[in-house]
Amino acid sequence: MSRVRIYVPRETTAVSVGADEVAVAIAREAKQRGADIELVRNGSWGACWLEPLIEVQQGDKRIAYGNVAPDDVPMLFEAGLLEGGEHDKRLGPVDEIEYLITQERWTFWRCGLTESLSLDDFLAHQGFKALTKAWEIGADAVIDAVTASGLRGRGGAGFPTGIKWRTVADASGEQKYVACNADEGDSGAFSDRMLMEGDPFGLIESMAIAGFAVGANKGYIYLRSEYPLTHSILARAIDTLRDAGWLGEDIQGSGFDFEVELHLGAGSYVCGEETAMLESLEGRKGIVRYKPPLPAIEGLFGKPTVVNNVVTLASVPNIVNLGGERYAGMGVNRSKGTLAFQLAGNIRRGGLVEKSFGVTLRELIETYGGGTASGRAVKAVQVGGPLGAYLSAEQLDTPMDYEAFVEIGAMIGHGGIVVFDDTANMAQQARFAMEFCAIESCGKCTPCRIGSTRGVEVIDRIIEGDNRDANYDLLVELCDTMEDASLCAMGGMTPYPVRSVLKHFAADFATGSDT
Amino acid sequence: MSVRKIAQRYDNRAEMLVQVLVALVQQNGWISEDDIRELADALNLSRADVHGVVEYYHDFRTEPPGSHIVKLCRAEACQAMGGRELAAHAEEVAGGDTTLEAVYCLGNCACAPAVMIDGKTYGRVDAERLDALLASLAEAAS
Repeated sequence: MSRVRIYVPRETTAVSVGADEVAVAIAREAKQRGADIELVRNGSWGACWLEPLIEVQQGDKRIAYGNVAPDDVPMLFEAGLLEGGEHDKRLGPVDEIEYLITQERWTFWRCGLTESLSLDDFLAHQGFKALTKAWEIGADAVIDAVTASGLRGRGGAGFPTGIKWRTVADASGEQKYVACNADEGDSGAFSDRMLMEGDPFGLIESMAIAGFAVGANKGYIYLRSEYPLTHSILARAIDTLRDAGWLGEDIQGSGFDFEVELHLGAGSYVCGEETAMLESLEGRKGIVRYKPPLPAIEGLFGKPTVVNNVVTLASVPNIVNLGGERYAGMGVNRSKGTLAFQLAGNIRRGGLVEKSFGVTLRELIETYGGGTASGRAVKAVQVGGPLGAYLSAEQLDTPMDYEAFVEIGAMIGHGGIVVFDDTANMAQQARFAMEFCAIESCGKCTPCRIGSTRGVEVIDRIIEGDNRDANYDLLVELCDTMEDASLCAMGGMTPYPVRSVLKHFAADFATGSDT
Repeated sequence: MSVRKIAQRYDNRAEMLVQVLVALVQQNGWISEDDIRELADALNLSRADVHGVVEYYHDFRTEPPGSHIVKLCRAEACQAMGGRELAAHAEEVAGGDTTLEAVYCLGNCACAPAVMIDGKTYGRVDAERLDALLASLAEAAS
């Protein structure tokens, strides 16, 4: 029998539910049986609810088995795992799993497919094809393609990427930088992490394309410290590319120099704000800067800097390969292309779902997510992280579209979708929004620093029924102040979840009696 | 590795202060007043500069932690799956040599609740699983 390839993801979620132990058990069992196997550590396909999801190569098919526990391994071998044998946990060919095949994988197409840290596998799957093409067509054409694609910043702000790149390219100065924002702090968000763990070379190629387009020879990745596995994967990927001549001076004889430095954050949420991130990259407290000047003009160390989120950057290679128009052909209105939505919280089939904009929340939560994990009714859905509004079950038909969300006082942000069932107390969630802001505020501006603490107190009084009407008015006024007068989105958007609870779930405040 | 050695690894560049502190906490678990003094000297910064940065970031402990560090995700996705109750349970059952910390998102939100124990992330953690994980720590120690 020839050697059998078995894929076991090396990705935080899969590992958090036992993938490493499964890999060890498979190696042990194969050894005992004298079976010739090759263990491949791929990224995750993003069907988190099926993790650990392993695959066995059979011809050109990969047969998947889901929710595999280490204890299952001997029985799986007994059932003929190596021939893709029948078993309770057998899901069939991975490319026939409905959750996955109905997605539109523009940015995440290599995640799960390839061995994350194999440069050969990357090169065999279009690795560096886009960078090579960029060298051929030139920097201007790359920026034109990105502009034509309509790609907007996927970190949450939704700023047009092409305009940002053009601004940096046109800015004067010899030294420019690319800063990749990998400080994915929003609860419910894990797409950056999955991309970095599943396609680390792809991210670095994307940064190199950005560097080439704007004239930067150095890139920084600012990675949050809560992602230690991601850190080790990225660090190894950078070393591999350096050794292979894909990073450094005169890359592959192109005359283009590009180096990447990997930095770790230290547990500050606000460092995901671009100017706070730049401060942290410069070794200081992660305190937000005044804008202007924009980072595109005066960014890292005062030099013109492209600051882009991981997913924004990783969307670029296919834009270069297939053309901006192809990307712009997907999506709706001014929300072009795809977004990697993340289904999280109380959801039966949590995971990553990359779809064109325009898909509704209902389709994501019901068709993909299968409703709540608890089987109870959906009460609220927080979209876009801790600064995003809580939507009610009546709002699930809202299409995923930046502008449509703004219209209902919400935001898509980074595409994290956290589902709550009908046991949730939304007054507590509103309180938490203020509490979180108080914990994470950088302290530079007063509305955020003080307003958040006062917000917790006022909400507590409302919950206790102390002067409820007056405190309710006070809370609304406080929200106005924070929204209008805060320096960045931390204080400026904390009122979003609070207001949405006041609007849709006011009954949850009425637990105490008015005095 | 001494503080000065770590700083040297980053060429004593002042802009690497956060990275030096990250490495120091990874190695020792915390940052002492002596560390701050040495670092200020090595990176040519004032003690106030270093102190300010240490104080700013949640990861930079200024007290030695217990022999195990358990970070419980307290953010929304985990709240939706019983994270508050899990945290209350952890407070009750964790041993004295365990440092419990809140963390706002481990990025494991599709398999909530999540906890990180000594740098490793675990998903789908209910009270029973947390008990088992804590028991295995105690076992490893004895």
